[in-house]
Order: sequence, then structure tokens, then C-alpha cells
Amino acid sequence: MTGTAKNPEYDFLWCPGCGDFGVRRALEFAMRDWNIEREIPMHDNVVVAGIGCSGNLVHLYEGEQPYGFHGIHGRSLPLALGVKMAREDLNVVVVAGDGDFLSIGMEHIAPQASRNLNICAVIMDNGVYGLTKGQSSPTTVEDTVTSSTPYGKLESSLNPLDLYLTLGVTYIASGYSTKPRDLAGLIKRGMEHDGFSIVHVNSPCTTYNDTYALLKGNKAKGIDPLAWEIPDDHDSTSKSAARGVIEQGGVPLGVIYQDDSRPSLDQRLGAVRERVTGRSAEDLLNTFAV
Amino acid sequence: MASRSEIIVRFAGEGGQGVVTAAEMLARAATGVGYHALTFATFPSQILGGPTWTQARVSRTPVESPGDAIDILVAFNDVAYHEHRTEVHDGGIILLDPSVTPLSDEHLRCVTVPFDELAKQTGESRAANMVVMGGLSRLINMPVHYFKDFVSQRFAGRDKVVEANHIALDLGLAHLAEEDPISDLGEPEKPDYEQVFIKGNDALSVGALHAGIEFYFGYPISPATPILVYMERNLVGEGKFAYQASSEIEAITGIIGAGFAGKKSMTATSGPGFTLMGEGIGLAWMAEIPCVIVDVQRGGPATGLPTKTEQSDLNAALSPAHGDSSIPVIAAGSVDECFLATVHAFNWAERYQGPVILLSEHSLAERAQNIAKPDLAAIPVESRNVYKGENGYLRYESQEISPFPVPGGAGAYIANGSEHDIYGDTTHLAKYHIQMTERRFGKLKLLEGTYESDNASASVAVIPWGGSKGSAREAFQQLRSAGVDIAWYYTMFLNPLPTALLDELRSKDLVIVPELNYQGQFASVLRSQGVKAEAITQYTGLPFRPTELGERIKARLAGAGQPQAVNA
Repeated sequence: MTGTAKNPEYDFLWCPGCGDFGVRRALEFAMRDWNIEREIPMHDNVVVAGIGCSGNLVHLYEGEQPYGFHGIHGRSLPLALGVKMAREDLNVVVVAGDGDFLSIGMEHIAPQASRNLNICAVIMDNGVYGLTKGQSSPTTVEDTVTSSTPYGKLESSLNPLDLYLTLGVTYIASGYSTKPRDLAGLIKRGMEHDGFSIVHVNSPCTTYNDTYALLKGNKAKGIDPLAWEIPDDHDSTSKSAARGVIEQGGVPLGVIYQDDSRPSLDQRLGAVRERVTGRSAEDLLNTFAV
Repeated sequence: MASRSEIIVRFAGEGGQGVVTAAEMLARAATGVGYHALTFATFPSQILGGPTWTQARVSRTPVESPGDAIDILVAFNDVAYHEHRTEVHDGGIILLDPSVTPLSDEHLRCVTVPFDELAKQTGESRAANMVVMGGLSRLINMPVHYFKDFVSQRFAGRDKVVEANHIALDLGLAHLAEEDPISDLGEPEKPDYEQVFIKGNDALSVGALHAGIEFYFGYPISPATPILVYMERNLVGEGKFAYQASSEIEAITGIIGAGFAGKKSMTATSGPGFTLMGEGIGLAWMAEIPCVIVDVQRGGPATGLPTKTEQSDLNAALSPAHGDSSIPVIAAGSVDECFLATVHAFNWAERYQGPVILLSEHSLAERAQNIAKPDLAAIPVESRNVYKGENGYLRYESQEISPFPVPGGAGAYIANGSEHDIYGDTTHLAKYHIQMTERRFGKLKLLEGTYESDNASASVAVIPWGGSKGSAREAFQQLRSAGVDIAWYYTMFLNPLPTALLDELRSKDLVIVPELNYQGQFASVLRSQGVKAEAITQYTGLPFRPTELGERIKARLAGAGQPQAVNA
């Protein structure tokens, strides 16, 4: 499946069965619904992508395209900050993988959480560096043998959901790439949230880390699925309840945490603008008059 | 008592003793009544303590550098006295704190003033500076009311402070009433044009505002921090954003995001931060995003000399990123040019749709000077050509520069740091790498800068760059007065260099490049362009002294034609 509706020459390929296909479908659903509800064109959306397999989600597969920025490895968040704070009216979505977002780009999560930057980040976690052919990532399970951990991974595995909650991300959802409709709902709710939203998606790599079987489990063989639905009575406004969900392990599906009480950076800046007005260059120059 | 056209006063002591503000106060008061003045400051990288000194050069005519030997040294402590006494010229004066014992064979005139004790008598212990000013008003024969007026203005509405400082001025003056003044500067000739008294970093900031900056994102680092502070305070209002980044990597990628979203954006940093920005600058070149990156140079490499001046980032500025690129570089050489070069940098970024590096340096950043107030109406501001068509636009189809689509409007495309095709989509095809590489380099032809020259017919020439301009210009004038036949060239536009300038330089037998680095970086660039260039270097963390530089140029000319080691 090469090319896009727009560009027949585009030749990027995900491997057959890659979870990122489902995530792209989900993003398409979410953005279209978002646009229809608001009666806005697709070009009011910007997708800022990381580098890696997931970075190629900078396109939607079909239809009108959003603006896209395929930048440099690990820096999708500050690029998105630049776009959002330059144009607060735009819907800005980050798409990145676990290597891009949680390893080289890890330093950018905390400041955006502190600022409550009003964007939605969709993270495709396959627990491996796919595009460089199978090295270990922060979410690779400890002791796993990969091409860069020939004697087993010596580091513990990072729990990203726990990290997001600790850093103060104000919307945390967890999803699974094989359920694009459900995932679209989580993404759209993240876009609607005024603040920093992260939708962390388990998106398996069929070539280097195929976890489909583990996620689904196997009743016949008595293997419990890794993925599980968060019950309807979960109180997502409660940080301790959220921590409880995360500590149950596996891949929870649904909204884990949402805090609508904190204003986002653009809202706070709007409040500053109401009490401070800028001066012209001429006026400022005159403050230095001899 | 000899009358003279200028006087240099140096204040030396420890950080926290008011040394920094002293020179600025003297210069500000002097310009207020019509003199020309320029300050120089150098301090250690700490807030309290550590050897700090500043100086003010006050003149009846415009000055362009910190100057040569000192006329008056104000030494607040023993270390300062011993460190700086040798730089006072014969006939100069040293003002000493009573805690300092002058050398038994000191040949210079030493005058003791109990700065702190007199200040305490005013009821305002922080008025020691004003005691010094009062004493100076006697020694340089400048009426004390100049300083009093300055104090009244500066502390308007705070009557007690004004009164205490006025008393301090009188006490300092009275204490030295019997001392002979060093000179008579004579009546100032107040310029008949509007002036501002401004530091390089502030001039740069106001220049950015005139150029239409909308987005500033920066990380604190000496000596660029004042730009961040100025922007946070003044770049406010609808559609404006100025904010502190969590790192220089965040800063560069943030301004690229804003540039992509249609805004005029800038960050300012110094060497260490500039190095961190390298990959991002390459991204802006690759994705064709206008933005301005300011490097206020300090001594390097690594953490280097955070509070000293150097011009050693030229190589980095010309080649900040891996891969094939040629990033435009403009360097400011004076406080005026800190303003002007910033406007040019924005104009270039908007015109060719890419990143522009603006070089300043510590000595300019901290230099406070009276300059003619820039006539904003006469300094044109450019903005990018925005795409106004329908969807389906092929952003990169043209071999030439093409209109810039802005998110929120039609023309959606992928801005891409990977090599891309005419859609902006990632590609590995050779034909697109060739086409896009040529497209990116081809846009540089839109950037043609100006240059200045003087006595251009001479067969040897001097061409400084950046903040060495002032010292080199004064050295050049001294050489010309002494009958030396040498040409003067100067440009702010270091990449691309003006083609006509290169042609002229190539015709010279020898082109001397004074620059503050070990390697002779600009001379090396010129040699690679076929110019017979040789550097005169200095790497002390301090600017050139004009007379000393003139001597070195003269010595080199005397040896012209002889084999001479070229700085590596």
C-alpha cells in the first residue's frame, strides 16, 4: 500500500500489520469529527510528527490533509509548542513513538506538563526502535534480548502512564491500535481538553516486537489479555484512582486521568494580556532618550 | 592644565560594590549634557565578589571603542589597585579607598577618598558611587550639577534618595577640593540630532521589535540573557509570545514551529547554547522556515569564558549544522549595528525563507553608548510572501523561492526535515535531493549585503568584522593620520559576503583582518575565497586597544613581502 490519495509517488511503507495503520485511521476519524462539529476546514489542523516509523503518520491516508511538520528526532513537543503558541486557534496534534518521545525527547514532557500546553500528543508505543531495526527502547521489557541488548536489557522498563501522571499531564488516556473507533474517541476527547493531553497507544511492531497475542490473550490456553477495559465507574478526576489503574499493570483502555481545573498556557497568557499591553518600538526607543 | 578631547575612567573592585553602575552613571550623565560616551564592562561569572571592572570613555567627539590607556583609575580594593595601576598612563590619577596602601615607589598621583565613610554620612550607605562621582567631577573638571541633574532625573519622586545622593556628590567634591584636575574636557558640543543612550543587547531587542518580531523563545545564558528579559517584558499583546524555554534545544525548535505557523520568530543565546541549536538550524534550512538565531559570543569552547568577549564563533555560525547548507550570517559591529543588523536579519529570513544567524559579542552586548536615535520610518521592514491560493499547492515544486503557506489557510503541506519531494513528502529519490538542494542554495542569491570602504585605492587593506570594528576604525584613522597608505573595508554581511567586496579584496596585495580569536577565522574564510588575507589575533577576553592594534598593523606592513607565518 504505497502512495497517498494526494501524492502517487510517496513510497513510505509500514510493515503489514503495523499498529500505526490503526492509529492513523483513528486520527483521521477524530480530526474529521472535530472539523465537522466546528465547521472548520482540515487546514486548521497541524500534525507535528517525531522521527521513526510513527513519524510517518504526518499524513492522513485519505481526503483533505492537515498541515504537517516532520521535524527532527525527539523534538516534536517544542515544535508543537511553537505552532500552538504562535497560533492558538489551531488544533495541534503530536504523533511520536516511544523512542522519540520517551528517550531522546523525554526532557520535553515535563515542561509542557508544567505549562499545561494545549495540545494532544498521540504516542505509538511498540516497545522497540523499529526504523533502525530493533534496538531496545525505554518501554522494552527488562531482560529482553534485542539487537542492542544482546545479553538482555539491563534497564528496568519505563511505565509511561506513571510518568505522565507524576509530571502533571492533565489528560491521560491509554488505548490500543486495533480498536480505531475507540481510540478516535480518546484522541478527540484529548483534543477537546484545554491542556496537555497524552493518548498513549499500544501499537505493536509485527517485525521486531509482535505483542498482538499478549495484548489479546488466549482464553483457550488460559492466558489473560494484557489489554483490559477501564471500568465505567473509574473516577478519572481522582489522581489516586488514576494511580490505582496504572498500578494494576497491563494495558488499560480508556481515560485514566483528566484535570479540567488547571488553565492551559494560552489561557494564562490571555489573562496576562488583559493586564499588560505592549508598546511600539518607537515608544520603547524613546525610553532610552538622552 | 592641558585641555583634552577625551578622558577614560576605570572603576575596579569587587562585584557588588557598584562598580558596574559607576561607569554607566558617568557615561549617562556625560551624554546628558552633550558629551559622547561609551562604557566597557568585564566581570567574573558570579553575582557577589570577584574582580570586576568597568570603564567609561567620555569625549567631545564620537568614540567607537573603549580606547587605550586609563586617565583615572578608581580602585575600590587592594587587588584592583595592583591589577590595574600599570594601565594608567603617566600623568594619570589613582583614586584609592583608604584600605589600599599604594606602593612605596608609586610614581602616579594617588588620592585617597574614604568612599564608604563619606557615604554613611549621607544616611544612604549605597551612595558610595556618588561620592566617587563628586570627586571625579573635580578631577575631570565637570560641573557637579551635571551629576545632580542626572540623579534628580534617575530617582525622580524618591526625594530622600535624591537628597542623599546630592549630599554624597558634594562630599566627594569637597574632599578633593584642593586637588588639581587632570584636565579640562571643555564645554560639550551637544549633538543637534536626537540621541539614545543604550546598550547593545537593548538596541538588538528594540531592533527585533521594529522588525516585527512576534515570537521569542530563549534560555538564560550570559551574555544573551538581557535579550530574554527585555522580550519577556516588552513582547506582549495579542498574537505575541515571549517565553523562557527549558533548554536551547527547546528554544530553537520552538521558534521553528512558530516560523512555520507564520510568525517572525527569534531566539538569542551564546556559544554553548548555539552549539546545542545546530540540528535545529539545519532543520530550518531544510524545511525552509524563516527565523533569527542570535549568538552573543563569549569566550569558548565549552563553558569557556562566560563573561568575557571573543569573536570565536564565526566558524560555528557559518557551519552550525551537519550536511550541505550555507546559513546566512550577519554580524553587528557597534551598538548602532546591534539595532540595524537585527532588522536586516529578520528581513533576510523573511525574504529567503530560512534561518539567519545574527552575531553579537559580549563587549557590544554590555556596551552602553550614546547613538543617534534610529529613524524607524527610514528603516524598511520586510515580510514573507504568503501563499493565498487554493488547496493543492505544491510548496516545493518551483526551483525558485515560492509563496509560504500558513497553517489555518489553504495550501496545507508537510514541512519536512527529511529530504522531500515537491509535496513535502519524505523521499529518497536522487532527482529530488538534487532539485531541493539546488533550490535551497539558489535562494541565497536573494541576499546581497552592502559594505563600506575608505581610501580604497591602497594596495593593502584592513577589514575587521563584528565588534572589532570600532578599535580597528580608530587604529585605521591613526595610521592614515600618520601617512600610512592603507584601505579600509567593513561589512556586517559575512555570509553571503557582498560579491563586489570580494572582488575588491581579491585585488589587494595584503588584507589584514583583526579578530578576537586564536585561529584567525575570518581571515581563513577570506583566503578560501581567494583573498590574500592574514589575521591579527588576540584572545585575552578583552577587545583590541586601538593604538596597540595600529602598531601591530604597522609592524605587519613593514614586513609585507617577507614570508610571514599565517595564523593556522
